[in-house]
Amino acid sequence: MLMKPISDTVISANRLGLTFETNDGPVHALSEVDLDIRKGEFVSFIGPSGCGKTTFLRVIADLEQPTAGTISVNGMTPEEARRSRAYGYVFQAAALYPWRTIERNVALPLEIMGHSRDERKARVARTLDLVNLTGFEKKYPWQLSGGMQQRASIARALAFDADLLLMDEPFGALDEIVRDHLNEQLLQLWARTNKTICFVTHSIPEAVYLSTKIVVMSPRPGRVTDVIESTLPAERPLDIRETPEFLAIAARVREGLRTGHSYE
Amino acid sequence: MTAIAVPGGGVGRSGFWARISQGTAVPVLIVVLAILAVWYLAAVWLNAAWQLQIFSRGEGGWTWIDFLAGTMSQDRPLLPAPHQVAVELWNSVVGQNVTSRRSLVYHAWITLSATLLGFLMGTALGILLAVLIVHNRAMDRSLMPWIIASQTIPILAIAPMVVVVLASIGMTGLVPKALISTYLSFFPVVVGMVKGFRSPDTIQLDLMRTYNASQNQTFWKLRFPSALPYLFTSMKVGVAASLVGAIVGELPTGAAGGLGSRLLAGSYYGQTVQIWSALLMAAALSATLILVIGILQRIVLARTGVRP
Repeated sequence: MLMKPISDTVISANRLGLTFETNDGPVHALSEVDLDIRKGEFVSFIGPSGCGKTTFLRVIADLEQPTAGTISVNGMTPEEARRSRAYGYVFQAAALYPWRTIERNVALPLEIMGHSRDERKARVARTLDLVNLTGFEKKYPWQLSGGMQQRASIARALAFDADLLLMDEPFGALDEIVRDHLNEQLLQLWARTNKTICFVTHSIPEAVYLSTKIVVMSPRPGRVTDVIESTLPAERPLDIRETPEFLAIAARVREGLRTGHSYE
Repeated sequence: MTAIAVPGGGVGRSGFWARISQGTAVPVLIVVLAILAVWYLAAVWLNAAWQLQIFSRGEGGWTWIDFLAGTMSQDRPLLPAPHQVAVELWNSVVGQNVTSRRSLVYHAWITLSATLLGFLMGTALGILLAVLIVHNRAMDRSLMPWIIASQTIPILAIAPMVVVVLASIGMTGLVPKALISTYLSFFPVVVGMVKGFRSPDTIQLDLMRTYNASQNQTFWKLRFPSALPYLFTSMKVGVAASLVGAIVGELPTGAAGGLGSRLLAGSYYGQTVQIWSALLMAAALSATLILVIGILQRIVLARTGVRP
């Protein structure tokens, strides 16, 4: 049964649980997760491997089915939300199709959703501009660096204008310099598009730098141990990471991660 | 394509020799020479007994030179020497009108037409079966064991039955041979394409799911392009098997022409030179077909942006 969502609530999880049955017995990937995400928020999920942060994202995306509790996305079930193409998903790897050029990769969801040729062309141009990839339309993925490939995959997730962006450690495989640069660009993009973003990471500075809300999770069973509302201003230059305010939030995140592990 | 300097190429030597030794030409040439040497030695060894009998019947002595020359110029040698086969090939390919029954080109064309028809049918059947297997779990479980079992039956046992049964209902000539080719060539295509259609990784399939893509869209936009490299590889195996099928299909119908009947006639009359030249013709045909598919592969994959 779904709870009636408050008007600007995008995602609402209520005592959500997910247990995988494996040969070694049940694995509690998620347990008793209560969380509300409002429209326009930038929410980071942080925690060690196995804390269920990716699983939670996949439940939102209807790529996994919860075994307990309820979750609503835009007031619908995740399946209805997926069918109405409510979200764009960015995976850990760029997962660009190697036989398609960058522009045709970005156009892929538009082809599937039945947009006209002119419409596709306009949207591809616009989203490639958003991620600063104008000029690389005719390149194949292997001709681009890892950071550019991941930007192309973000463009692909943005192309069909879903209001919700789900990002699963999108910059995890990139080096720190490229990652800083992409984090900055992602914030600008978020400010320009006013989307709701759910962002999975295991980097504390990344989570604090990007988010308006940080969800700290811990493993066995995967659960939420702390939810931190960021007090940082909307305007965030990279050197904000040296300010006391930033370091205070980072310290609280680190503390949350440590208490999650204290039973070990 | 831009010319790229080969590291170490042309140092102290002329560019031509440097380039030759970097390519595949020299290694291939060395192997060919080795095969020819072994072939000549084997011809002398295998034909020696018969040559000694000839000498023992004749009068007068013989020298080692006579002996060597003799082993390489018999009419019906156990193993003809390479140059004998080459001469026979030349005479039957160039020396005859292509419409003549003595022309090897005439027979090669008969075999080739059955091969190509069977290969096309086999490839189509193979792709169709692979599509069914990938999309339907029941098909996967029920079809796959039969497909594998089909290839454990010796083709030499089935081919005459196919030819005889089809002849009894009035089907002769091209179709029965093509069917045998189909039987042999669909298998590598099924196996390759099942693997190819299943080659997209989870993340690529999940992506399609997030777009709420239909099964049809997932097939045409993801599974089929992913499977293309597998298709060409299995087609190369399939076309060679197809040629074998066509030749085997010609064995029971000796008179109707084709490389298979040429082989059979040769063995009836002890024309070993004829058998070997038909064999070489078949090998050349097979190599050409594989080469053509290889070129096709390169063109198609280049157009789909595969890294050169």
